Order: sequence, then C-alpha cells, then structure tokens
Amino acid sequence: MKMITAIIRPWKLDDLQMAVARLGVQGITVTEVTGYGRQRGHAEHYRGSEYQVQFVPKLRVEIVLDDASAEAVVEAISNVCRTGKTGDGKIFLAPVGDAVRIRTRESGAAAA
Amino acid sequence: MHQDKKRTKGGSLMRGLGAALLMMLPVMVFAQDAPPPPPNKGDVSWLMTSTVLVILMTIPGLALFYGGMVRSKNVLSLLMQVMIIFCVGVLMFAIYGYSLAFSGSENAFIGGFDKAFLKGMTGDSLTGTFSKATNIPELGFFCFQATFAAITPGLIVGALAERVKFSAILLFVIIWLTFSYYPIAHMVWFWSGPDAFTTAEAGAAANANAGFLFNKGALDFAGGTVVHINAGIAGLVGAVLIGKRIGFGQTALPPHNLPMVMIGAALLWVGWFGFNVGSNLEANGFATLVFTNTLLATAAATLAWILVEWVVKGSPTVLGAASGAVAGLVAITPACGWVGTMGSIAIGAIAAIVCVWACSGLKKALGYDDSLDVFGVHCVGGIVGAILTGVFNSPALGGTDVYDYVLNAYPDPAAYSIGTHVVSQLWGVGVTLLWSGLVSIVAFKLIDLTIGLRVNEEQEREGLDTVSHGERAYNG
Repeated sequence: MKMITAIIRPWKLDDLQMAVARLGVQGITVTEVTGYGRQRGHAEHYRGSEYQVQFVPKLRVEIVLDDASAEAVVEAISNVCRTGKTGDGKIFLAPVGDAVRIRTRESGAAAA
Repeated sequence: MHQDKKRTKGGSLMRGLGAALLMMLPVMVFAQDAPPPPPNKGDVSWLMTSTVLVILMTIPGLALFYGGMVRSKNVLSLLMQVMIIFCVGVLMFAIYGYSLAFSGSENAFIGGFDKAFLKGMTGDSLTGTFSKATNIPELGFFCFQATFAAITPGLIVGALAERVKFSAILLFVIIWLTFSYYPIAHMVWFWSGPDAFTTAEAGAAANANAGFLFNKGALDFAGGTVVHINAGIAGLVGAVLIGKRIGFGQTALPPHNLPMVMIGAALLWVGWFGFNVGSNLEANGFATLVFTNTLLATAAATLAWILVEWVVKGSPTVLGAASGAVAGLVAITPACGWVGTMGSIAIGAIAAIVCVWACSGLKKALGYDDSLDVFGVHCVGGIVGAILTGVFNSPALGGTDVYDYVLNAYPDPAAYSIGTHVVSQLWGVGVTLLWSGLVSIVAFKLIDLTIGLRVNEEQEREGLDTVSHGERAYNG
C-alpha cells in the first residue's frame, strides 16, 4: 500500500476529488494547512501597514491505496492541480505498513 | 433658568456687529418673565432618537469597528473597553460632568457644580436650542450630551489596543474626562442661548459668560474639536507613552475580522446621523442640511480613500473603505451645520486624502504604534474638518455664514473673511491639542508610575482576552 500526500492550491480540491473518484478512489482526507516552498507568500496591505505573508494557505489531501493504483492517481492529481506557476504544490508518496477498517476490523489493502 | 446651549457662533464677531447696531437702534425691551414655550414634540422625538443613534455608534458600532481590527486574542478586550467606558462616561456625566460642561460659572474654561447629580432637573426642565423662544427638555439634552462624553474616551482606546491594562485605561478615562473633555466641551459649546441676545448689550453680557473658544469664534457644530481632536491627540500621547506592541514593524499584526470592521463602520455611519443631525437640537429644515452634509461627505471620503489606495498600492481595500467612511464622518462633524452641500463633498474628499497620508507616510516617519490609527483618522481628520469649516462656511463657497442673533439675520455675505474664520478655527484646534495633550501626558505618566499602564510581555503575547477578562472570543 501507498499513501499519497498532496499539497495543493485550495481552489483545486473539487477538480482533484472528481479526477481521483473517476479512478475508483474510495476516500480522501483533507486538511487545511499553511506553509511555504518556492512560492514565498505575498504582500497584504492594511492601511499604512504592509505585511509579507510567509505562510500560504494550502490543502493537504491524503489518500491511501494499493500499490498498483498509485501511479495513475499521482498522474491524475498532477494533471488537474497544475497551473504551471509557482505554488502548484507537491505530491509525496510513502509506503504504508498496514491499515485497519475500524468497523469491520478488516486489515491491509481491503481496509484502505 | 436652563439656558445651556451648545452651538457655537462667532462671539467676537457678533460683539462687534452688536456694538455698531447699538448706536443705530433703540434698545428693545423684552418681556423677560413670560412663561417659556413648551417643547415641540417633533424636536423631543428627534432628540431621543438621535441619542439612541449615538449609543448605536458606540456599542455596537465603535466596539465592532475596533474589535475587528485587532488580532483574535484581543477582540474581547476592545469590545469590553468601549462598552465599560461608555457606562463610566454616562454615569460620570450625571454626577458632575454635565454640570462642569454645561452650567455657567465665573470662568470661561469650565462650568460649576450647580447641576452636579442633575440637581433640580425633572421632566419639566427646559433648555434652549438655536432658535429663539424654542426649548427642549433639559434631561433629553443631558442624555444626548452624555452619549458624546461617553463615546469620546472610547475612541482613545484604539491607540493603546492589544497592550493596555484594563484597570489603567479605566482610570485614565476618569481623569481625562474630568480634566480634558468637560473643560473643552465648556470652552467650545457653552453659551447662554439665543434668547439672551435681545440687544447688543445683552448679547455682550451673555457672551461674557460663554466658553473661551466660543468667544474666539471657533465653530464646531457636532464635536470635531471636542470629540475627535480631543480624543485623537490623547490617543497619540498614549501610543507614544505605552510603547510599541511586541512585534510591531517586524511581524504581521493584521486585523482578524474585516467583515466585523465593515459592520462597525456601517453602524458608525448610520449612528452618526444622530450625532451630527441631533446636534441641531431641532427637527427642522436646517436639520436636513446637516443630514445631507453628513451623507455626502462620507461617500466622498470613502471613494477618495480607496481611489488613493487603488492608485498607490494597487488594490482598493475593505479596511480602506471603512477607514475612509470614518475619516469623512470625523471631518464633517465640525462642519455639518456650517457648510453647503458641495462644500461637504470637498471636505470629505480632502480629509480622506490627508488621513491616508497620516496613517501611512506620517505614521512611518514618526514611528509611533497607534494600533488602530486614532490619531491618523480622528485627530488629523478632525483638524482638517475644523480648518475647512472656516473656509467652506463662507457664503461665497456655499456656506451658511454665522447667524447674528441680535440682528436676527445673517450678516452681509460680502463681509465674510475666510482668514478671520480660519484663525478662529485654529484657536479651537490649537487649544484642544495643547490642553488634551498635556492632560494626557500627566494622566498616562501618573498611571504608569502607580498601577502600571501596560500588561507584561507574557500577558501581551497570550492576549488580553484571557489575561484581562478570563474569556476567549472564539471557541470550538
């Protein structure tokens, strides 16, 4: 099993969700996060004050799925979330040791 | 009897005209003992409605305007300061404030204690307006003025926001109202009322009893000097003496809720019609001029502020729109009953442009941390409005000129001197800046040396909501 962690632009979530659903992904977890990478924040003006906002709001999408499906889902996410400008985000791929469905106590790929 | 009124007029100018008149006309004899005319029900209704509108300006208006501009850990402290100061201000006004501001005395700087504890005032007590033989209930006038005295110190807290100790600001308000607000209100607004001006001699005698700045001819229809310059300079002194917030100029200290700021500004605008138009004391045709000026100046100021932002910074902001509206309201406050409709548009637009600069260029150059720009909006806007009142009061610029209660007519428009009137206005501005500035320096220093003005660093980082009030604004 693999866990896909995608950091994306917040307004790309709907596109991502539809794209991965078409590939048969059963569930995703979304968290609001802030941070920075190459996109170095932006300036905001409040009357006379100008603030450099370092931490940019993003969404973190987590998907756990079987090894075979991972590549296609990563491909789909990078397709829909790409604008070509700095700040499009990142996708991390990590191995997952096990998974348990709490209701049925199924484990492994069946639970993911 | 109860003859305390508050619209200023050119005292010295009037005296000069009156003296000339004395030589031409026989002295008229008035029946002094005729029963006072009963109040007009329309006037009474408008006075009470206006009073409620000023309360709307304060809580919730000012409280939300300020509350939205601070970080979420301090929002309750601002809401609380504005509300509690309002309560303190109203009660102090009943105990001795009204008497010190609006009762006669031997000197031109402060009233006496004749009306302390509202002595002798009942539902039948009357006070004058700006028309001869026209009275309103004095208790209604007291309530209206009490809301002014109670919102003004609430303006000051914005300058010390996010770091001032709750007990310290309350103590400051008690000292400042006593030694700055009541004297300034007396100096600017106290006079004997129009009925006293039966003859030039009687007028001169009445003026001898009037406030110092009233006799200098300083015009302030609804409180540009008494409320805004007075509070604004106190704010600047406070901001300088308490020091900058931790992180000022280094980390972001952005407003936590701009919709709240917008709601506050909108309520201020609505409530300000009570503040300005209520200051006319009568629900007559003249009141609609005051209303129109308050409407137009604010719209012009809002547009001017965001246009400057749009050109200079690239985007018109919500905070800019809200600030522009307040700057326009501040600037038209002294002018609203003295200028024409087109003059009000000019005053609003000019004030907003000057205030944008005061809140950015001037503030950066001087380096003080006036958290919510009390000085940049209220003091600077008030000064611009006060000076321009002397300009746009000119009949040549559509202004109303200053009514002569001895002649019972407006003077010859050709005789209006903008220079003379601006000098009168500068007296009002200068005395208020100095007086309130000095009272504030002494009061803040005294508090800092005794109970302390500022919370400690750890408390400031934690936020005043939990530290001072044991509550958090947003849970769950």
